[in-house]
Amino acid sequence: MAQRRLVKGNEAIALGALHGGCDAFFGYPITPQNEVPEILSEILPANGRVFLQAESELASINMVYGAAAAGKRAMSSSSSPGISLMMEGLSYIAGAELPCVVVNVQRGGPGLGNIAASQSDYFQACKGGGHGDYEMIVLAPWNVQEMYEFTRDAFGLADKYRVPAFVLSDAVLGSMLESAAIPEEVPEVKPPPKPWATNGRNGRTERTIINSLYLDPQDLSDHNDKLQAVYRRIHENEQRYDTRFADDAEVMVVAYGICARLALSGIKLAREQGIKVGLFRPITVNPFPYAPLRELLGRMRGAWTFELSAGQMVQDVRLSAPERCPVEFFGKMGGILPPPAEVCERIKKFAETVHGS
Amino acid sequence: MEAEASHPEPEVECVFKRPDALTETPLHYCPGCGHGIFHRLVAQMIDEFGLMDRTVGIVPVGCSVLAYNYFACDTIEASHGRAPAVATGVKRCLPDRFVFTYQGDGDLASIGMAETVHAAARGESICVFFVNNGIYGMTGGQMAPTTLAGQKTTTSPLGRDVSVGKTGPPIDMCKLLSSLPGVAYLARVPLTSPKNVRKAHKYMCKAVRAQLENKGFSMVEVLSACPVQWRMAPLVALKHIDEDVVKVFPPGEFVNRVDEKPASAGAQEKVAAPAAN
Repeated sequence: MAQRRLVKGNEAIALGALHGGCDAFFGYPITPQNEVPEILSEILPANGRVFLQAESELASINMVYGAAAAGKRAMSSSSSPGISLMMEGLSYIAGAELPCVVVNVQRGGPGLGNIAASQSDYFQACKGGGHGDYEMIVLAPWNVQEMYEFTRDAFGLADKYRVPAFVLSDAVLGSMLESAAIPEEVPEVKPPPKPWATNGRNGRTERTIINSLYLDPQDLSDHNDKLQAVYRRIHENEQRYDTRFADDAEVMVVAYGICARLALSGIKLAREQGIKVGLFRPITVNPFPYAPLRELLGRMRGAWTFELSAGQMVQDVRLSAPERCPVEFFGKMGGILPPPAEVCERIKKFAETVHGS
Repeated sequence: MEAEASHPEPEVECVFKRPDALTETPLHYCPGCGHGIFHRLVAQMIDEFGLMDRTVGIVPVGCSVLAYNYFACDTIEASHGRAPAVATGVKRCLPDRFVFTYQGDGDLASIGMAETVHAAARGESICVFFVNNGIYGMTGGQMAPTTLAGQKTTTSPLGRDVSVGKTGPPIDMCKLLSSLPGVAYLARVPLTSPKNVRKAHKYMCKAVRAQLENKGFSMVEVLSACPVQWRMAPLVALKHIDEDVVKVFPPGEFVNRVDEKPASAGAQEKVAAPAAN
């Protein structure tokens, strides 16, 4: 059993990569995730794996594309502006049915924004971002332990479905130091066979081709049908979420990542004052756990959504909520994190409003 | 029928054939285009060096976007300009494989300039086969970074204006890359005559050796005709290359560290056998 020790979020991502069997990492410096490539530049080569600092995020994601095509577990990490530069590459990777892992330690936007925590890349991660009808599996950790576990497990999910798996974290989670249990030993990882890989024919009778070009409309239609069938399987099998104080709750807070953590502190304060409020935390923000949330909201007086954005995930909460369940949104932008007491006050106010209705 | 059957099997010596590394798919290229010749030369490299089992080719966006249909080796279709980055990803993970990119001038010298320069700067052990026809063929004949001064294209209808502050003069990639120590071999040749095709073959052999001997980045640029977008008959287009294009893009070897004598005397480097997948 792993000993608990103090680990920084970005370090946990790097260790998750190593322990998830990452064969090759390609990245470009950007704050606030620089510890990820810094640590990997040491531990990947020390374990016989590939680390390369690319000339840009465009190059990084295309190196990931090449390494993934070669049948290797490949990864990149970046922060919001750098992730924007990777959108073309992620679309190609998805179109070519390649597995890979990408981590976004989100910072403020739009544009250069700032380097404080943000959740304003939810749409980009969950609703496309790049061109074409594609999806990624998007995991949203809320502590350092999950930064490690989700990065590690993302490689298996990506391989299982041949899709990009994406870890959606933020500047606070990346920079915070907290107790986590991470094994010292590097586990042995056995990825599934990849007969589709372009790694030299080596006696194979047929060549392999990695490609996303289908000029014939029927061929592209068929290819998209195939991709959509994969995404449907992901939505059926991979939804993950967490609930707290749900049993007797009358009002539900819906939040993910760092906001879910802030919300939980506010919920505990509100509970001390007798307010029956619970937490629903989507862990996979894509596939979004629509059905479980809908069921839960069916017995709630209202849902209060809290994000570090102008309101992105709230759209999925509204899609989940039964008609009679009001949904309110509270957002902070620019990297401002409201203290738990403020969250508690806002929850109280919302609870009063929906009780009065 | 009986008379035919009584004839002995004629003794036929095969003197010329399709390289094994080319599939039997008919090429889609326009009449007079150089891609067919260059495809064949690349395939010959794979055959002659016995690399089929360990080759990964990266093909571009542009006229040769469908090249994965023609090469019989494993092939990856890259996004526009990113082939050297994709090749880097493959080569770093599988260092014993033979990795090449096949790119046009828009792909390599415009949108993919950063990937080209940095792959060369790192001394990435890949071969870049570069087709320079001075125009965007696939998209309908727009101006390329290699379009000649005064050349009319669909986006320079009055002729390319290379005066200061306009579109700049054509970019000489061999000259530009030759300053980088990571480059092991760099050469340019017009694909205009059997003699020049043989020279291209010679240069390409050295580029392949650069990779097999782990000497660094190598590139062979061919000056290729695009009769359709140049609005020229094929023979006129070839003459245009030999008379005009070579003045802007002089042929020859720009960097050659392949033929340098190894530092340790008599050390004949051996090509490693392919490892299991």
